[in-house]
Amino acid sequence: MKKFDYLKPHTLDEALSLLNQYGNRAQLIAGGTDVIVMIKQKKLFPDVLISLQGIPGLGQIDYNGMLRIGPMVTHRAIEKSELIRKEFSALTDSADVLGSVQIRNVATIGGNIVTAAPSADTAAPLLALGAQVKLKSMQTERTIPIEQFFTGPGETVLEKGQILTEILIPKPLPNTGSAYWKLQRRGALDLPILGVAVLLSLDKATVTCSDLLCTASPISTVLHSLEGDEVFCKEVRIALGVAAPTPMRATKAENLLRGKKISDELLKEVAETAAKEAQPRDSLRGEAWYRRDMIEVLVKRMAMRCIERILRPEETIFPVRLW
Amino acid sequence: MGKQTLSFTLNGEPIQIEVEPHLTLLQVLRDKLEFTGTKEGCGMGECGACTVLLNGKTVNSCIFPALEVEGKSVTTIEGLTDGQGNLHSIQKAFIEYGAIQCGFCTPGMVLSAKALLDENTKPTEEEIRHGIAGNLCRCTGYLQIIQAIKEASEQ
Ligand SMILES: Cc1cc2nc3c(=O)[nH]c(=O)nc-3n(C[C@H](O)[C@H](O)[C@H](O)COP(=O)(O)OP(=O)(O)OC[C@H]3O[C@@H](n4cnc5c(N)ncnc54)[C@H](O)[C@@H]3O)c2cc1C
Ligand code: FES
Ligand code: FES
Repeated sequence: MKKFDYLKPHTLDEALSLLNQYGNRAQLIAGGTDVIVMIKQKKLFPDVLISLQGIPGLGQIDYNGMLRIGPMVTHRAIEKSELIRKEFSALTDSADVLGSVQIRNVATIGGNIVTAAPSADTAAPLLALGAQVKLKSMQTERTIPIEQFFTGPGETVLEKGQILTEILIPKPLPNTGSAYWKLQRRGALDLPILGVAVLLSLDKATVTCSDLLCTASPISTVLHSLEGDEVFCKEVRIALGVAAPTPMRATKAENLLRGKKISDELLKEVAETAAKEAQPRDSLRGEAWYRRDMIEVLVKRMAMRCIERILRPEETIFPVRLW
Repeated sequence: MGKQTLSFTLNGEPIQIEVEPHLTLLQVLRDKLEFTGTKEGCGMGECGACTVLLNGKTVNSCIFPALEVEGKSVTTIEGLTDGQGNLHSIQKAFIEYGAIQCGFCTPGMVLSAKALLDENTKPTEEEIRHGIAGNLCRCTGYLQIIQAIKEASEQ
């Protein structure tokens, strides 16, 4: 492996000034699960690694009007956070299936976003949740919507000399659910062929089912009841990973649904629209037509999972039924 | 790129050693300290043969910078016996259930099992599978391993 120096600054300012001092010779390292692998694969040749591990305050999850996730928060910490599981479930869905326990114990959310792999598992959930990222350099600090962060495969707006210091997620509206599905060949330790995240807010969460709490009704029956009860979609965000050169929002599909009455027919149309506006390509992992077909299936399925989570919050993460 | 002093606890014993800054934890354990119980398979974080516990949590030592264990506690498979040569109950269960064939995955597998059981004393089969998903075994087909972990959890 290439030799490098390893610096461990104790403050953000120190890290920024080291970044400035070493310029292109330096590479930041968080958990290192991308950086070390890339050095071993001879894709990166830094002379100096600047570690963010020793900087206090970058590894916290805070919820105070807004969810604030430090860039050094590990996927394992996200997987274990009850708050995130309850309120921002799509992010839990992604943390839960990212790598292995060993990887999740060290790999960070900041590193995942900055590497900007088209297959980054947290990207689509963060887009669906309406996240913003804070970027800091020695002179400036700015906060941008995560949509603007990714510019291409492995490319972002982050400049040399900048550190991602925070991920901000707005508190969801009442009656909101979110969900992410990673389509993969293996049950674990695989990169997604496709990632689909949906966030849905309803105007009310009351629905007339034949059983009192709708707990025994299949989700398709519940959907039918929602239609009868005139339940409306207040907000929706649909995000796709590995469906275009960057993680993308399916805004045409969202516009079809926002403000409309929920129905099986409409969800079908929304899913078809999302599949049409995606730009998947043929790759080693899957063909474009397959990705497109699966976007249609999974957008509808994730919208239904959102509804399930709104109506049956106790059944959030591991539903037994497949649909 | 001079050497740096690294201090940490290895299997309960304080260690101080001079290391080159680009070394991985696995290189320090195997090549410098000659703790060869920890294995190298892929060297890329995929197979789990190099799994060790860092402050009780599993990490892939093959992609973990050695200098990041400064001040922390590392447990390798050598640290699992009780000091008098008695195997840990997980190791005993692995032997009893035939969960070891060539043995290459075993140190990492046992440590993943330990981290799992320390966190969740009565895991379901699903939770066991989820917990060892980062440890590949080319020999056993996993069933005996899962049975052994289940058995160890019931003690
Ligand atoms: C075996 C294995 C399996 C994997 N499986 C998955 C998977 O299923 N899904 C998935 O999405 N990924 C997966 N990955 C990729 C990787 O684990 C993730 O992308 C991880 O989140 C990276 O985080 P890290 O802390 O290790 O980043 P690092 O490797 O430390 O850093 C990654 C990049 O981000 C930069 N960086 C890190 N933090 C900051 C910051 N705060 N500000 C600015 N720049 C920063 C670094 O300079 C580097 O360029 C896998 C990797 C391995 C080895
Ligand atoms: S050798 Fe470390 S994961 Fe394979
Ligand atoms: S026993 Fe041979 S790899 Fe697991």
